[in-house]
Amino acid sequence: MFDTVLPYLLSGISVGGQYALIAIGYTMVYGILRLINFAHGDVFMVAGILMVYISASGIPLYLSIPLVLIITAGVGFAIERVAYKPLRSAPRMSIMISAIGVSYTLQNLVLYVTGGLNQFYPSIPFISQSVTIGATSTRMVTLITPVLTLVLVIALVLLINHTKIGMAMRAVSKDFETSRLMGIKIDNVITVTFVIGSFLAGVGSILYFTNYSTVIQTSGAMPGLKAFVAAVFGGIGSVPGAVVGAFIIGICENLLKGMDTILIKAGLSKSMLGITTFSDAFTFALLIVILIVKPTGLFGEKQTEKV
Amino acid sequence: MIQAQPTIKPKKLDAATIITIAIIGVVYLLAFVLEQVMPATSMLFTVLKKGATYALVAVSMNLLNGFTGLFSLGQAGFMLIGSYAFAILTIPVAQRLSVYQYYDGGLVQFSLPWLVAIVLAGLFAALFAFLIGLPVLRLKSDYLAIATLGFAEIIRAIFQWDKIGTLTNGSNLLRLFPTFADFNVRDESGQVLVYWSTFVPFVIAGVCIAFILMLINSSYGRAFKAIRDDETAAEAMGINLAKHKMIAFCTSSFFAGVGGAMLAMYANSVQAKSFTTAMTYEILLIVVIGGIGSVTGSVMSAFLFVASSEWWLRFLDQEQMIGAWKVPLLRNGFRLVVFSLIIMAVVLFFRQGIMGSRELPDLFRKRHKLAGKGARKA
Repeated sequence: MFDTVLPYLLSGISVGGQYALIAIGYTMVYGILRLINFAHGDVFMVAGILMVYISASGIPLYLSIPLVLIITAGVGFAIERVAYKPLRSAPRMSIMISAIGVSYTLQNLVLYVTGGLNQFYPSIPFISQSVTIGATSTRMVTLITPVLTLVLVIALVLLINHTKIGMAMRAVSKDFETSRLMGIKIDNVITVTFVIGSFLAGVGSILYFTNYSTVIQTSGAMPGLKAFVAAVFGGIGSVPGAVVGAFIIGICENLLKGMDTILIKAGLSKSMLGITTFSDAFTFALLIVILIVKPTGLFGEKQTEKV
Repeated sequence: MIQAQPTIKPKKLDAATIITIAIIGVVYLLAFVLEQVMPATSMLFTVLKKGATYALVAVSMNLLNGFTGLFSLGQAGFMLIGSYAFAILTIPVAQRLSVYQYYDGGLVQFSLPWLVAIVLAGLFAALFAFLIGLPVLRLKSDYLAIATLGFAEIIRAIFQWDKIGTLTNGSNLLRLFPTFADFNVRDESGQVLVYWSTFVPFVIAGVCIAFILMLINSSYGRAFKAIRDDETAAEAMGINLAKHKMIAFCTSSFFAGVGGAMLAMYANSVQAKSFTTAMTYEILLIVVIGGIGSVTGSVMSAFLFVASSEWWLRFLDQEQMIGAWKVPLLRNGFRLVVFSLIIMAVVLFFRQGIMGSRELPDLFRKRHKLAGKGARKA
């Protein structure tokens, strides 16, 4: 029984970690700008495409990985400056539409550059290695992801709680206007938020695409949405919440993917039920349930609406 | 609830209204006449048919996003329901065995006339909207957007589930149902006598849009706008938020469902996997380009969008030579890049879109309220 569940559990934890890295970007941006950055999933995808092209140009790995991360952070920064900053005082809906526009633009640009074909992700020696745990064979990346995710999250939480810029971020997410009155340079804080979010999405993309091995212009959409759900689940604005939410979603989703096999092996079911179809739907059903039952999520703070 | 003004004078038709009616009449006449005289294979008719479909869907989305201020991204999901309902209900009984070849002819063993099926398509979409609206409409702006987006994804997954394949044909195509081309009157040899295949979608879309316009101009419409402008104030004025939001949501979905049925008739086949989030985004962008809060704008930009993407900007996707000089950049996908940039330009610099919140008659009236920066196109 356990041997049947283990591979799904492992890949669930791994995918959960990757979602967590994307979810942090959502939750931080939402915390500060109250904006669902629809383009964040596409930044993640662009990071994957960048890796494909940079490593194809023959640059060695120890240079290409940092290069990808830096460019991805730059992309996040550029998006903020071009598409969100001019709309700072516009109605919420305008910024959201702008975010959707950016997402559409990034996808179409990548479609144009790649010709709409699946791009094979370069294999990164150490993390693509196979390892065997019990009776299950998996890749090194499965084991590295949760560890790396936790390390990065702890670093981020330390940054938020113990540095000046972190304090500024907390202040801005608490009250945008007042923190501006207190002399916090809002634009700098927002820039740092986008850079950190995109950087982590870049790390996530390296781990994710090593697992899935191909990138196409739409590969960012689903992980992006799921990561957003994770962020809502954990309580939007809360970094640890986003991480917990992402792991839960990753694990549940993968268990559902394997549910048919698990049920058959456990003798509970005679035939394939096709539950796999619902592994994506599950995430959104979960979203709707959370929003109704506990809109603030697991660790979210209650917001009061001012008239 | 807001009551209608106690004394409504019978409106006199002013010049602007008459010009508007004349323009609409000419458009319909042209749609009919052109189809009789031009070759049926012309791209123009593809654009007009698809344009009419998208115009309806865009207006239905505008009703929610522009007039009620509910940012919903579930349009593709409701279109999917409409498409499927229409296709399932209208495939002729004799053809069912070949369409549902993996499911022994499927569950439904009757077929309805297209008009009934189109209304039912809308009703099914509205029913789903009601069910999903009960929990979801309590959410605020961006949460609502994500929840409806998620709902559209769930619908798409469920319709492809092979356990309900006897109804939906699993992930296989639904086809052989009546299409726009079937409206053409033919003689025995199959020669077309009168072409109706463009006029009929125009009529369907026209009737539906007229209904939406009447709704917007009714006391309900005023309540919708009040909710959009300030929810709390609207509630304080005695508007029942839950009820009005639900009415807007269900009406919008009804017409999205009808639009879905029209899309099925346009495309000749239905498959769940084509109703992606990208489709919703496209419709949203049509609404934005047209002007959030303008029905005329949505209609115009729907036709512009479809014409550009299917016809005018097609050349961007092929390599072009000017003399011996090969134009750089042009290859597959460039059209969409140009498109995206236009859209970003509209979103960032012309936030009012083509029409802002004006309607067609407003263009012929004195410009006393138009001193906005969005009033760039007349």
